[in-house]
Amino acid sequence: MSHTTTPEDSLMKSAFAAGIGAQAEKVLAGQRLSREDGLALYGCDDIHLVGGLANHVRERLHGDHAFFNVNQHINYTNICNKLCRFCAFQRLPGQEGAYVMSPEEVGAKIREHLDKPVTEVHMVAGIYPKLPYEYYLDILRAVKDARPDIHIKAFTMIELMQIAARARKPLKDVLPELIEAGLGSCPGGGAEVFADRVHREGYHLKNTGDEWIEMARTVHEAGLKSNATMLHGHIETVEERVDHLDRLRLLQDETGGLQCYIPLSFHPENSEWSHLPGPTGLEELREIALGRLMLDNVPHIKAYWIMLGIPMAQLALSYGANDVDGTVLEERIYHEAGATTPQAVERFELLRWIRDAGRIPVERDTLYNVLWSEDLEAQADCAAGAGAPSSP
Amino acid sequence: MNSAPPATQPHLAWKAPLASSALRDPHRSRLQELEALVADGRRISCEEALYLHDHADLLTLGRMADSVRSRLHPDPIVTYIVDRNINPTNVCITDCGFCAFYRSPSDPEAYVLSREEIFLKIEETVKLGGRQLLMQGGHHPFVLSDWWVELLQDIGKKFDINCHALSAPEIDHFAQVEKRPVEDVLADLIQAGLGSLPGAGAEILVERVRAIIAPKKTSTDRWLEIHRKAHEAGLRSSATMMFGNVETAAERVEHLSRLRDLQDETGGFTAFACWNTQPKGVPEEHKYPVATTPALYLRVQALARIFLDNIANLQTSYVTQGMRMAQVSLRYGANDFGGTMLEENVVSAAGCFNLTSIERIEHLIGSAGFQPRQRNSWYGIVDTRHGQPAWPANREQAATHSAAPPHRRESAPSLGLST
Repeated sequence: MSHTTTPEDSLMKSAFAAGIGAQAEKVLAGQRLSREDGLALYGCDDIHLVGGLANHVRERLHGDHAFFNVNQHINYTNICNKLCRFCAFQRLPGQEGAYVMSPEEVGAKIREHLDKPVTEVHMVAGIYPKLPYEYYLDILRAVKDARPDIHIKAFTMIELMQIAARARKPLKDVLPELIEAGLGSCPGGGAEVFADRVHREGYHLKNTGDEWIEMARTVHEAGLKSNATMLHGHIETVEERVDHLDRLRLLQDETGGLQCYIPLSFHPENSEWSHLPGPTGLEELREIALGRLMLDNVPHIKAYWIMLGIPMAQLALSYGANDVDGTVLEERIYHEAGATTPQAVERFELLRWIRDAGRIPVERDTLYNVLWSEDLEAQADCAAGAGAPSSP
Repeated sequence: MNSAPPATQPHLAWKAPLASSALRDPHRSRLQELEALVADGRRISCEEALYLHDHADLLTLGRMADSVRSRLHPDPIVTYIVDRNINPTNVCITDCGFCAFYRSPSDPEAYVLSREEIFLKIEETVKLGGRQLLMQGGHHPFVLSDWWVELLQDIGKKFDINCHALSAPEIDHFAQVEKRPVEDVLADLIQAGLGSLPGAGAEILVERVRAIIAPKKTSTDRWLEIHRKAHEAGLRSSATMMFGNVETAAERVEHLSRLRDLQDETGGFTAFACWNTQPKGVPEEHKYPVATTPALYLRVQALARIFLDNIANLQTSYVTQGMRMAQVSLRYGANDFGGTMLEENVVSAAGCFNLTSIERIEHLIGSAGFQPRQRNSWYGIVDTRHGQPAWPANREQAATHSAAPPHRRESAPSLGLST
């Protein structure tokens, strides 16, 4: 039919009707959105439209493909002295339920799953000042001893800060030693919300937003990739969310080291902020969409199913996300905060969710190299060495 | 390390369309035509519904369903009802393999609630402002219409609360065991105070499917016949669908079509609700090897909203989908959050009740951009915030008008009539 309008035309029409025509024009033209544009998109009532714009960008970058990986989690200690008010995982030394895993125990956790095709271990934990610098090197080595080909994605920025402090060396001198011991990349957790006001009220013992950015820059300069997150749905304002996304975008312009952005939902249960309601399903979808729309230079947006739940993660694939994280053996942090999702999922189940969401499942490694795909085209890409769409 | 693909893929009866196919012709043009047609308030045919089911992407379906909802309900209101679920008995001789609730009459876990137990539950519900008792049991060989008539009468004497009770298969069961016409059974129950009839037991209204999942249950025609007679007798009822078992996509549409046809005749359905089969732990789990995923729930719910242009209200199912998904479904066609189901949610400790379920539902509705309002069983808004008296306020008022939304435009002649 020649008289039909293009999907872009329909998006533009609804966008003008909803008062975000200028923003939609920029999105469709591939131009960067300003902070004010971000605020306008947060304020737009029409979630179908905001989702549709984000989906348009996702489609342009990733087509029908949705990524997952086969991974396991290790939280080597839950002892922490940062007392973040949103956290249900932390324990004080000596408190009931407090634990630290020895390097041997960490190795044993890896060996438990040698029969599964795990390609990545995600290793993050609390800040326990008694752990010596050597401990961190030892747990990396223990993982590599147990499974030499596994990729270690470990240590959020606050952990790196602690490790460098214990090593009594600047972070840039510590990173090569961590890499030598087996560190492959850094996760994106712990960015929370960069704004100083939120930092003061919610997690003042933790690194500031500026420090996070500075450390991430150092990590990227050391040749490591990392992810980035934002913990939304507590006391932060919309302006503070836009500020957070903008600062990530500026960092990425500089370093190109961010692979993936992951909006994390605040789970109120068992935290000091348990009186807050936490984000609703529609708010979670909007965060996914805003991440995709604002972060034009970050290749991947992840719908972390452990936190969103299976239904929302599936749906998020239509609102800008192109990754659902992995099979995740033994997640603890969100489950202490009352997450009711399973702690792990079988590979075939993940494939089913992705297919039912209208996407082709593609298994990736941590650095987004394609390992397997249901779709021959992506497998060919994989053979040709083409990974994920590159960031500038 | 490369991991090999799994050796065998689980069997899939239906495959979701790749979302991008909706962005390219030929589907793009066809979907745009259908979206324009629906936006114009016209009726879609079964073929068109099946086309949407098989080819539309979720965002398109959501947008279309949202536009139908806002046409039928121009005020930004989402309703819910403070109610309680009471299952007077779990004894059932119909042996549906997807049901984990029923027990055979001789089972040690079989029960029939005493009057005192039922009254205690009702007292708690009334104290919390409850307006409805959702009362359903199994097909007990000896708990028949006389038992229910007495119960309804006793409740009517003691409490001011509507009994939204029984279901077409239960009424069928009474009629069969008591060897008398359905009309008589219904007349007795209505006389005793039955206020409205739930839409349970519809499952999939296609005989091929029923023969597999519920061979002993009321047939399709009989289910529809009982609702027709209930409507004629002045009762309003709701309609349901349990999908995601052995039915095909075409059979889902056939189910919706049977409901739409009856509604054209009687106007007696107040609402529609659907959910996917929850096969975990049911007696015949082997018949449902692959549970459907939540994306299908939104797809079918949205399609139902688009197709059922003559049923005013669409209820979400937070019990099966979870609160997050239920909230999102308000943008995929639902305008009602269902009941508070206090039976499941009331925490009764030392005589104090926990109303978090109501607060939570109100918060979710509000943050989806709607005003939460409490309703009665006939979808009259009873909320003090509404500023108008509830209408319909009771069974008799509800029976005076068609529950179908007014001003529905007929389908365009060129599009063909639904079958």
